[in-house]
Amino acid sequence: MYRTPTDISNRALAALTGLAARRAPVSGGGGSCVEIAAVVAALAAGLGACGGPYPQSAVHPASDMAVKLDDLFDQILWWATGVFVVVQGILFYTLFRFREKQARRRPREFHGHTLLEIGWTLVPALILVAIAVPTIRVIFEVDRPTTDENALVVEVEARRWWWEFSYPEYDLVTANEMHIPVGRTIDVRMRSADVLHSFWVPRLGGKRDVVPGRENHIWFKADSTGVFLGQCAEFCGVAHALMGFRVIVQDPSEFQEWVGASLLDAPRPTSADGRAGAGVFATSACVGCHTVRGVATAQQGFGPDLTHFGSRLTIGAGILENNVDNLVTWLDSTQHVKPGALMPEVEMSEEQLRQLARFLLEMR
Amino acid sequence: MNSQPAGDRSERLDGLIARARALGQAWKPRLAVVADWMTTVDHKKIAILYFLSGMTFLLIAGMEGQLIRVQLAQSELRILDPNLYNQLFTMHGTTMVFFAGMPLIIAYFNFVVPLQIGARDVAFPRLNMFSWWLAVFGGLFLYASVPLGSMPDGGWFAYTPLTNREYSPGRGMDFYVLALLLAGVGTIAGGVNFVVTILNLRAPGMTFMRLPLFTWMALVVSILILLAFPPFTVGLLFLLFDRNFGTHFFDAAAGADPLLWQHLFWVFGHPEVYILVLPAFGIASEVIPTFSRKGLFGYPVVVFSGVLIAFLGFGVWAHHMFAVGMGPLANSVFAGATMLIAVPTGIKIFNWIATMWGGKLRFTTPMLWAIGLVSMFIIGGLSGVMHASPPTDLQQTDTYFIVAHFHYVLIGGLVFGLFAGLYYWFPKATGKMLSDKLGKWHFWLTLAAFNITFFPMHFSGLLGMPRRTFTYPSELGLDGFNLVSTIGAGLFTVAFVPLIVNLWKTLRNGEPAGANPWGAPTLEWSTGSPPPHYNFAVVPRVQRRDPLWHPWIRPEEEEAGDHEDAGPGGVEPRLQPEVAPEPVVMPSNSWWPMVMSIGMLIATVGGLGSLETTLVGAAITLVGLFGWAFEPAFRDGAGHL
Repeated sequence: MYRTPTDISNRALAALTGLAARRAPVSGGGGSCVEIAAVVAALAAGLGACGGPYPQSAVHPASDMAVKLDDLFDQILWWATGVFVVVQGILFYTLFRFREKQARRRPREFHGHTLLEIGWTLVPALILVAIAVPTIRVIFEVDRPTTDENALVVEVEARRWWWEFSYPEYDLVTANEMHIPVGRTIDVRMRSADVLHSFWVPRLGGKRDVVPGRENHIWFKADSTGVFLGQCAEFCGVAHALMGFRVIVQDPSEFQEWVGASLLDAPRPTSADGRAGAGVFATSACVGCHTVRGVATAQQGFGPDLTHFGSRLTIGAGILENNVDNLVTWLDSTQHVKPGALMPEVEMSEEQLRQLARFLLEMR
Repeated sequence: MNSQPAGDRSERLDGLIARARALGQAWKPRLAVVADWMTTVDHKKIAILYFLSGMTFLLIAGMEGQLIRVQLAQSELRILDPNLYNQLFTMHGTTMVFFAGMPLIIAYFNFVVPLQIGARDVAFPRLNMFSWWLAVFGGLFLYASVPLGSMPDGGWFAYTPLTNREYSPGRGMDFYVLALLLAGVGTIAGGVNFVVTILNLRAPGMTFMRLPLFTWMALVVSILILLAFPPFTVGLLFLLFDRNFGTHFFDAAAGADPLLWQHLFWVFGHPEVYILVLPAFGIASEVIPTFSRKGLFGYPVVVFSGVLIAFLGFGVWAHHMFAVGMGPLANSVFAGATMLIAVPTGIKIFNWIATMWGGKLRFTTPMLWAIGLVSMFIIGGLSGVMHASPPTDLQQTDTYFIVAHFHYVLIGGLVFGLFAGLYYWFPKATGKMLSDKLGKWHFWLTLAAFNITFFPMHFSGLLGMPRRTFTYPSELGLDGFNLVSTIGAGLFTVAFVPLIVNLWKTLRNGEPAGANPWGAPTLEWSTGSPPPHYNFAVVPRVQRRDPLWHPWIRPEEEEAGDHEDAGPGGVEPRLQPEVAPEPVVMPSNSWWPMVMSIGMLIATVGGLGSLETTLVGAAITLVGLFGWAFEPAFRDGAGHL
């Protein structure tokens, strides 16, 4: 997963060679970079275009809330761009016109101009009112609790450094991947088990801090299906950077299928390796913290519920693709993959690790 | 048995003593210089000490920033260990704000304010030195955590509960809390000192509406310090007690609200932004008129917009907390107050432009930095308006968009202002002119490096790059922007080279500056460069704003006798005699501020867990306090001229 510094130069070279043909990556993002930093912006846009698509972008909204925030941002951005161009324009015109020339008279002293002062107090104030009015409208739209009675409640518990999602409506618990139906209001209610965290899926909505001792919420209605990236956005300690998650937006029927399948106990492993792995799981330290319904129940609920782990896309809170090799790496060197993770590294043979990985993956 | 004759031995002993004496004689003048600097109470020397300590910490924190950028150059790198990365960004922020930014602005207050108001020193010269010792000891104490391997790692904002003992069991956050408490005492003392100095030591005729803008901003900022640091001190003490003595000020499990810390922190933290930026605005308001050959446009408006920014600055702290779930009403109120601040800020910018309008602009190095400040601050101000709107902020807070924003404010505003001031007042402080050519190299390189580093962060932030993460997945597609930022950061280091070469060359053999090399209007330019120990041979009598311009800028008025209180006996402030006509008594050097600060440092070290050490420190502090109290400020025979 992690690359060495030598890769940087290769990437840089590739990026620079691709520079000429590229263009600016985001339509809304770059309005205000002219003037001094033209070269900079071209370089940035060029290099930036080498990345993308941007799965965690705040300016590619895919829900009602995210659209509201992005529309408001666009409005403010236009005002800001206008003010930027006008004020920098006046500044540079002044610099050019009144630059020192040899034969100029001594400047006339004038100390002030009441009308001008009133003017440049009022005009910005009016622009700010033009920004404040829609701002306050959107605040009251997004900050109050949802009134949609048909909303699907998802309870989030943020922990160092992973996410638990539970669906009271279905009595269902899962981790790090939140499945939701498209077109239905989702009422996310969040609590913290330890320190501050922040729930953030940029394409579906803004951040909401998860504060110990209180319940916060956010609600949104996704307008298209797909997998959306989320991440903890409040510094929460060593592995803060590796506290990601996924929101999987599905058609209502697919979502119901997922719910139905998830409510079942874990399927029996089919391969011999898988069956052996189930044994390893049930007799090792794993069951101390992890529940797999139908196989073992955790003694303490510290770790994610692993029932149907095989159907998840990622390992370790959104940091590794879910496959056998990555699982073995994760189990074998957890502290290297995710420094600080509260899961201890297990003492197992290569064979046992592989069997365990098989078992986990076969629980689809 | 010793077989050597006794005479031989004593001869050798004599030789040794003689050699030691000679060595002592040779070192005596040097030691005297060191002792003089350690005990000085001269505001100009203390300014230089503040400047040197502030710049040292600026370079250290800058290097920490470089390491952060190296780690983020590409996705999924493991150059730095995550723990180390968290320590580095904590140290970078804490150092920049408390041990680089604050000491640097206070360096400028110290050098410029007494000279601008026609005073011979600050109101409390020994307290001034005491403030500096605490600023340095605070910084040294914080960095003592480095060799001990337990640097603070909870962020400069130190949000609870992460910084409670339970989640930060190491000594790191104790270093943070204790260092800031120690330095905070000095900062508050400095605030008192400058408020009293500006209120009480103004030369005759220096009314408030004749005060130079920089001094005005120093007054406003000193008052801000006095109001903003106490809540922070309270918060730090709560945290210290929660961590060490089992209290529950921020403990949710015990029914407390961890958000209390955020309120205490930001009710200090936001005014702190203005504490750092208003002095830079003051510098711009000095430099721009001087090099436009034209008085500041709308002086009273610029003054009161500064006061208004400071006042409103206390009503906006919760805009750092839009995402914590305060509810729509609180969010709306804080959004409104925050947007309101853009109005006085805009007024300042327009008045600076109007000052240049119709002027005769000379693009000297200080002027370039001041113009750079205006231009860059516009960007920082506009992005600020974007997240003054809470819904937009829900997407921007804790991303690199915010990192871009506040670096435009703190580098584009503060650092550009500090450099404008450095090139502007360096000739006054040293009597030598910095090279304009090297200065311009420094400016243009910094401007480019700064924008290359921080402009792309607007994009990476909007496209999903969170702050305070030691790495990011390559699937975010943000490698390009981050690489550009890292290249810019490297260039930033290069941009310091012309400055250092310039300082080195100028201090060795720079051109002499003369009293008023820029043809500037304020009182500090009426005395020698460098100014004599007592600043002014004759205390000036001020007759109007911009006193040094009065006679020549509007000769037609002068002839008509149309100027304010030109009564008989008025001393022309721009002509200071070479030698003081009568003896000037100046306060004597003192060891006591250092003794007392050392006592407080030892007491602070004891705060890491040794009551005995704290008691020893307290005893030394007490000795210092009494020694100081009973030492006459003007010793007989000393300090007279």
